[in-house]
Amino acid sequence: MTAKVEKVLLIGYGNPGRLDDGLGPALAEVIEAENIPGVTVDANYQLSVEDAAAVAEHDVVIFADASVNATEPFSFTQIHPKSNTLSFSSHSVEPEAVIALAQELFKADTVGYALGIRGYEFNEFGQKISTQAKENLEKAIEFIVPALRKKIFQ
Amino acid sequence: MSDAKLKRVIIEPVTRVEGHGKVSLLLDEQNQVKQARLHIVEFRGFERFVQGRPFWEVPVLVQRLCGICPVSHHLAAAKAMDRIVGGENLTPTAEKMRRLMHYGQTFQSHVLHFFHLVSPDLLFGFDADPAIRNVIGVAQKFPELAVQGVMMRKYGQEIIKATAGKKIHGTGAIPGGINKNLSIAERDELLKDIDQMVEWARSALKIAKDYTTENLEKIAPFGSFDSNHLSIVRKDGCLDLYDGNLRAIDAEGNKIIDQVDPQDYMEHIAEEVKPWSYMKFPFIKSVGPENGWCRVGPLARINTCDFIDTPEAEKERQEFMALTKGKPNNITMAYHWTRMIETLHSIEKIKELLHDKDLQGTDLVVKGERREETVAIIEAPRGTLYHHYKVDKNDQVTMANLIVSTTSNNEPMNRAVQKVAQDHLSGVEITEGLLNHIEVAIRAYDPCLSCATHAMGKMPLIISLFDHKGNLVDQRAK
Repeated sequence: MTAKVEKVLLIGYGNPGRLDDGLGPALAEVIEAENIPGVTVDANYQLSVEDAAAVAEHDVVIFADASVNATEPFSFTQIHPKSNTLSFSSHSVEPEAVIALAQELFKADTVGYALGIRGYEFNEFGQKISTQAKENLEKAIEFIVPALRKKIFQ
Repeated sequence: MSDAKLKRVIIEPVTRVEGHGKVSLLLDEQNQVKQARLHIVEFRGFERFVQGRPFWEVPVLVQRLCGICPVSHHLAAAKAMDRIVGGENLTPTAEKMRRLMHYGQTFQSHVLHFFHLVSPDLLFGFDADPAIRNVIGVAQKFPELAVQGVMMRKYGQEIIKATAGKKIHGTGAIPGGINKNLSIAERDELLKDIDQMVEWARSALKIAKDYTTENLEKIAPFGSFDSNHLSIVRKDGCLDLYDGNLRAIDAEGNKIIDQVDPQDYMEHIAEEVKPWSYMKFPFIKSVGPENGWCRVGPLARINTCDFIDTPEAEKERQEFMALTKGKPNNITMAYHWTRMIETLHSIEKIKELLHDKDLQGTDLVVKGERREETVAIIEAPRGTLYHHYKVDKNDQVTMANLIVSTTSNNEPMNRAVQKVAQDHLSGVEITEGLLNHIEVAIRAYDPCLSCATHAMGKMPLIISLFDHKGNLVDQRAK
């Protein structure tokens, strides 16, 4: 992207009660503590339609999530609006659909990125991120904090 | 960043989204649908997860059960732990703050379900192309309506934020009370948009009502069947989503149980285990497992209550009940209409509460005689939610049993699927039309399979058709 980036929204999402699924909120907590000018941080269990309203108020949105198949230690990729990611009975939506809604409903041209932090253990209850996933989280933080400070993402 | 890191990958969603919606249809020798089952793979780890934890942590921990309705679990657990500390007679400020949180949760949940999942079916028709029959399709064709849905949902979330705190670490309700009141600034901010929200709730209700009445001939038999209905009601029979005693009625409106104290629920409700499902099937003991199952959720609540204590919702309830001449309404698709009556009720209640000075009170917590066992029942957006705990003298949880609303609606959803399949299956092929119709029937119940199943993965709907010998003859997924 070439336009000047002033306002960035980072949404870390996932369930901290499901082991490595808490990677997104854990990253959000660290970024919030960094208190970077121009960066707003939010955390939730999942994405939902109302996130489109917040996304529309920012130049860039970063969706930070645990991933079951991302390249280790993390992946960072631009995402594009997409409407057919909806499942038949879920109250949650995918990042691509949030971007699509921001575009359709609020005429926003927010640029979206997905930060997928590789996790390994999801299928139990527990508020503990695995050792390997913690290392991946640290590397994702090392990457994203300077990018957020510079507001440059590619 | 380097090109290597810009590699495109698909980030698969993980635990916050529900498990597979898997339906199997079994045919008889004449290729008629003999049996339909909605399979849910349950992962019951949660009860173990809370065992050994201090009881005061439970209202926060239970939110980890489900990213979709954490507030309902938070409030149910807090209500349960009120009894552990002998603080069930809350101060007016504490009870009203909790109610505000609960109505905010119900409002945003119902709105999201209606605008996001249901409105595409109603606005485009069941058989419309799935490529447009979704919320983005609504955004493109009915942008004002789609914006309303988003802003109403956002308003409900703002109420939750003002009452419960952070989205992930909601701590508003604590054993015996709450940890904050509503500031004047928070109240005034919420009051700014309240009239707009009431107006939008009225118009959403009108869409659901008009759709139902204008398409009654098609809708009335769709996935419909007679059933019992169960919810909590207030002592005077009024609809109460936050607190009350159990009432169950049969399909004719006769009371099966009434004013059962939640502490005594096990005397009246049991859970049946079936060999083909990990999920339990709750039923009323006096009726038995075969016929004692009940619908729960908005349709059941409007059927079981005697009246609603907010004027506009009560007027709408009367109109709704007039459709079936005062008898219980057993039309599956009527869930949508009743969900919107509750949406209007919730926003009426929110408005009433925002004008109540008790919300700015400072008496937040009460405590009394300590107990070691407790049950709390709350009406979550999707239906009756039970939390049952035992706590030892060291304050540690030794037993937890939760019955979530989707578990109660398990049998009704199976019946709805069977009815739809019997009416719409042609030959031994699962057509796109049949897939759509089954999807619409399940969706009416707004199932939350993530807390019912505690499972991982995305939520495709997979339908399998088996002949009378058990051979798989067709399968289709969405």
